[in-house]
Amino acid sequence: MSFEPRIIGILCNWCSYTGADLAGTSRMKYPPNVRVVRVMCSGRVDPTFVLKAIAEGADGVLIAGCHPGDCHYINGNIKTLRRYPLLKKMLSQFGIEDERIRLEWVSASEGDRFAGIVKEMTETIKKLGPSRFSRKNEREVAL
Amino acid sequence: MSKPKLAIYWAASCGGCDVSILDIHEHILDVDKNFELVLWPVAADFKYKDIEIMQDQEIFLTLFNGSIRNSENEHIAKLLRKKSKVLVAFGSCAHLGGIIGLANLYKKEDILDTVYNKSISTHNPDKIIPKTTVQVKEGELTLPKFYNYLRSLDQVVDVDYYIPGCPPNPEQVVSIVKHVIEKKPLPPKGSVLGAGEKSQCEECKRKKNIKKIREIKRIATSIPDPETCLLEQGFLCIGPATRSGCGVACVNAGVPCRGCYGPPPNVMDQGAKMLSAIASVIDSESPDEINKIIEQIIDPVGTFYRFSLPTSLLRRSDI
Ligand code: FES
Repeated sequence: MSFEPRIIGILCNWCSYTGADLAGTSRMKYPPNVRVVRVMCSGRVDPTFVLKAIAEGADGVLIAGCHPGDCHYINGNIKTLRRYPLLKKMLSQFGIEDERIRLEWVSASEGDRFAGIVKEMTETIKKLGPSRFSRKNEREVAL
Repeated sequence: MSKPKLAIYWAASCGGCDVSILDIHEHILDVDKNFELVLWPVAADFKYKDIEIMQDQEIFLTLFNGSIRNSENEHIAKLLRKKSKVLVAFGSCAHLGGIIGLANLYKKEDILDTVYNKSISTHNPDKIIPKTTVQVKEGELTLPKFYNYLRSLDQVVDVDYYIPGCPPNPEQVVSIVKHVIEKKPLPPKGSVLGAGEKSQCEECKRKKNIKKIREIKRIATSIPDPETCLLEQGFLCIGPATRSGCGVACVNAGVPCRGCYGPPPNVMDQGAKMLSAIASVIDSESPDEINKIIEQIIDPVGTFYRFSLPTSLLRRSDI
């Protein structure tokens, strides 16, 4: 059986979630590998969420919010923009590949963009293979 | 009536926790007056077999410092758990994994190679690396097994209480000893003793304004202003993501908090919270500029999880 990545998509309510909704209502085709979590703003994405997703076995995490300037809470997405590179740098020390974590801006009208991102991300992670953190139990026993 | 029995043990540790117990000065006499010491490897010559022949729960209180790095640490942790009524994880290593927990970023083989072959002070032409068993002409010799990764005490046995700190503050040690001597009721299981319920910042007296960082500073190369919040000045102070209770000792001495008390209650991951706190106050909206500032944070894991990596969400790198 081929490897199907589990991707957690954390989407802001006002733009990206609506964009994903648009992709659905316009019947765009994209891989079913992303599990969506809706948050009020991308600024709500505590780095803890990303780490928890990985620790629980996610193969990738997609964070999506409104384009800079469009955040409904003025600068929530700017906070995310600042956290993201530091988070990636820290995750690389854990041996987590760069491509597994992605931050994208998706507006409410960009259903096609959302579908495209999910497609691309699924393909990339398929090539990378499962995150080794997803084999948690195996890791637990090897003292 | 016989005195309650007390054991003090060190597993994978530096000995600083034992020193913090000695740092209670004359109160050590109260300890001797009120307890019968049954084990304290750093200070007295008791044998493991004295503990093995004890009844279960015969020891009233065990203060266990150090984390679990090898099979001997694990064996004694399990033995002391069985023989003790109250088992306390004493100090950052037992509580959170400690500073030596940062070794969880490296493979066992690489650690041994660095220590026994590569370090500049080592002379080991035959490349001898410790093995668990070796045959010599007198018979077989054994050593504990060095595990692939390091664990905190509660990842190995059930723990009743935690006393944080690297090392714990001697005043806390005194108050806990007094508590037991005065036979006051024990707090609920799982409590973190001698610590607060808030973050360091709540107790910090430095002046706090709106935080905006454009440059990361290091204490080795910049002199901080003595009045203002260190984080505001660009020093990586882990106070926002660290439990209170030490009296903000480091910050009052002019150096940033390093996070040894671990995360405040209800914080799942100290490093993630600290990352969030620092990154959010970077004073720029341009990705390039943000990257330049972040580049100055050389070792995010070592800085944000200095004492808590083995008990963090990810626990270790992909090893
Ligand atoms: S509301 Fe969409 S990113 Fe803030």
